[in-house]
Amino acid sequence: MTTQQTLNGYSELNLADEKIKLEVKDLRLYYAESQALKTINMLIPEKRVTAFIGPSGCGKSTLLRCFNRMNDLVDICRIEGQILLDGQNIYDKAVDVAELRRQVGMVFQKPNPFPKTIYENVAYGLRLQGVNDRRVLDEVVETSLKGAALWNEVKDRLHDNAFGLSGGQQQRLVIARAIAIEPEVLLLDEPASALDPISTLKIEELINELKDRYTIVIVTHNMQQAARVSDYTAFMYMGNLVEYAATNKMFTNPSQQQTEDYITGRFG
Amino acid sequence: MRAWFKTGTPWIWLNAGAIALCLVMVIGVLGLIAVQGGSHFWPADLQQVEATQADGSKKTLLAEHVRTEQVSRVTLQDSGVAVPGDAEFYARHLLKLANRDVYGRDFAWFLEHDLTGWTKPDNAIVIERREWGNFQGFPQQLLQQDKVVAEGEALWPALQAAMSRANALQDQITDIEKGDIGKINKALEALRLGKRTLELQGASAAEISAYTQQAAEDQAMLDAQYAELQQKLETLSTEAKRDSLKVVTAEGKELTISLANIVHAHMPNQMSLPEKSVHYVGAIWNFLSDDPREANTEGGIFPAIFGTITMVILMSIIVTPFGVLAAIYLREYAKQGTLLKIIRISVYNLAGVPSIVYGVFGLGFFVYIMGGNIDALFYPEKLPAPTFGTPGLFWASLTLALLTLPVVIVSTEEGLSRIPSTIRMGSLALGATKSETLWKVVVPLATPAMMTGLILSIARAAGEVAPLMLVGVVKLAPTLPVDGTFPFVHLDQKIMHLGFHVYDVGFQSPNVEASRPLLYATALVLVVLIVVLNMAAIHLRNKLREKYRGESD
Repeated sequence: MTTQQTLNGYSELNLADEKIKLEVKDLRLYYAESQALKTINMLIPEKRVTAFIGPSGCGKSTLLRCFNRMNDLVDICRIEGQILLDGQNIYDKAVDVAELRRQVGMVFQKPNPFPKTIYENVAYGLRLQGVNDRRVLDEVVETSLKGAALWNEVKDRLHDNAFGLSGGQQQRLVIARAIAIEPEVLLLDEPASALDPISTLKIEELINELKDRYTIVIVTHNMQQAARVSDYTAFMYMGNLVEYAATNKMFTNPSQQQTEDYITGRFG
Repeated sequence: MRAWFKTGTPWIWLNAGAIALCLVMVIGVLGLIAVQGGSHFWPADLQQVEATQADGSKKTLLAEHVRTEQVSRVTLQDSGVAVPGDAEFYARHLLKLANRDVYGRDFAWFLEHDLTGWTKPDNAIVIERREWGNFQGFPQQLLQQDKVVAEGEALWPALQAAMSRANALQDQITDIEKGDIGKINKALEALRLGKRTLELQGASAAEISAYTQQAAEDQAMLDAQYAELQQKLETLSTEAKRDSLKVVTAEGKELTISLANIVHAHMPNQMSLPEKSVHYVGAIWNFLSDDPREANTEGGIFPAIFGTITMVILMSIIVTPFGVLAAIYLREYAKQGTLLKIIRISVYNLAGVPSIVYGVFGLGFFVYIMGGNIDALFYPEKLPAPTFGTPGLFWASLTLALLTLPVVIVSTEEGLSRIPSTIRMGSLALGATKSETLWKVVVPLATPAMMTGLILSIARAAGEVAPLMLVGVVKLAPTLPVDGTFPFVHLDQKIMHLGFHVYDVGFQSPNVEASRPLLYATALVLVVLIVVLNMAAIHLRNKLREKYRGESD
């Protein structure tokens, strides 16, 4: 695998010390006739946090959704190129999409718990896989909720409706639900944008803890957040990957003028 | 003025006025029905009065005053009544005379000035009879096989004891007639059908004769049982007829009424207000729990209530799965395009098809084609007598289900379209397939909307009459569609229905004045029943909503 790569000829990123989890190869995405992603190439390292930043409509969420093939749900969406997960093309015809989504979990912008109890929300993914053993479920629910730093707040009301939780708690519940099925990659689509500052802080702390076990890709509008939580940052603009660098370098010494303009708030 | 219009105040008044008008009309209708229907059960006092006949002779009447109205002189003269004086309007009273067997009619109009000397005799009695309607008069003697056992002061308590005895015997007779004899008749019918089945299957002559022999033995046994029951019935009915009551009408005509013929008796002029209230509640209860008598002009409406509820429940059971599945397919799986648009518009428009059209369709397709084929396939031994090839409970429910299908489809579809896509995404992102997402998350969330559809369809179905007249509802059904014998719910039976009962009592009744209050009371029960069914469904929906709070509607 390439360890040193030139991305779209713009930037140099040294990933020599990292194991590569996801590799995007010449990915082009069209909505009907308009092209939303223009030939993206990038490598995403394992057990690191990679942040996508960029102005609204730049294609960062679209790219994120390619990793677990959520774009398949959009009828008019057409994809060319490859995404390799551990060297396997996820757009291969033989790939079972449901199985892929178990490996690549996703958390959305707005908390979306199911209309079930807290317990059943977390157990949902396992029940789908046919796990119904109470002991196994109890254990997984507990470890997942602990993993999502929610256990202490909800352990006495596991069988209450999940809608009774606050927005921040709901978002952590959704994360617990995602990690309950032990994915390898966790995709976070602006996970804190609908939350208050304290809940945001909790989510960020949680991301820091989770990166020991999962490869995390996060889309965010909040550049401070990207700076705080991520190891690598990708800046996208108009469907192009403009710059992809270690977060430190990106925020202190961007190599592209566009990146600098965006980060310093001159546009976007 | 223009400024006032600009403030928007006139609109508020207009809206409030419209609402107020609706409320007044609804309350007015319900009030009218309640008052007219409810007053029927009140034990009104009996009045004795002298009426001057057309030929100048006097006649004493014992009657219940029903209502008074003003008639113009012209109308009276036109109908050939000679009126004294020259007033423009004359008051006339409608009196309930009862005693149909004596007078030939139980209600009559009298002009105010023909009636004189109103009194309220204390010992006047109203006797509710199984035949000939009510009797109004004065009790004389209680007879036991033509021997006087009680009269005067002792008469009333003795009469009540004798009545409860006679009624208990009557109940036993009904039990035997409906229960045991019914069973024997069914067994006899089964024997006959068994033979017919063998013949149709082309069994050999030996088999048939063996069966016939066995059947003859069984039949002999059943006949013996029947004879025994018949004997018992005769004994019971002689027992019930043991006592009789000698009564006299207001004009002095003597009558003897067998206690077997008496349902109930009361002396309204002696009753205190609490006693009357108790009687009132009892009369309402009897109305709700008894079978109808005398061509639906007397007795209760229990079979109609029962039939309506059974039919509506059955309809709900049929329409819900069909409607929900159709809506799920239309919304979730079908390719959205022109064809689907046409289908959807057609479904929506089905809701506007006149219900009688559904009735005709139900009769033609369900009853004759489907029912006829079911008979040919499964009940050939009973032919030419139809089983399902004739209007009945199942076809009525099915027709109503078809009628209310669009309602369920439309509301379920709306419910499904309101489920936020983030919820679906969340499930899919966890590795659920589309159908897993649908059944585990989306459909449960849409249940309140489905319930809304069901509520609307129940309200529509319970009040529907026109199609039912064609597909299974009758004026008088001898038995209830649900009983203790297999298969418990008899889908092929004809049923009674409150809506049709209203029509029948109101417009097909031989005795207009007698059935008028029953008409109102039945209408009231129908309205209350629909409200109760709706409340039950709404309660269920609210519980579901509570469960899935926040994310649905």
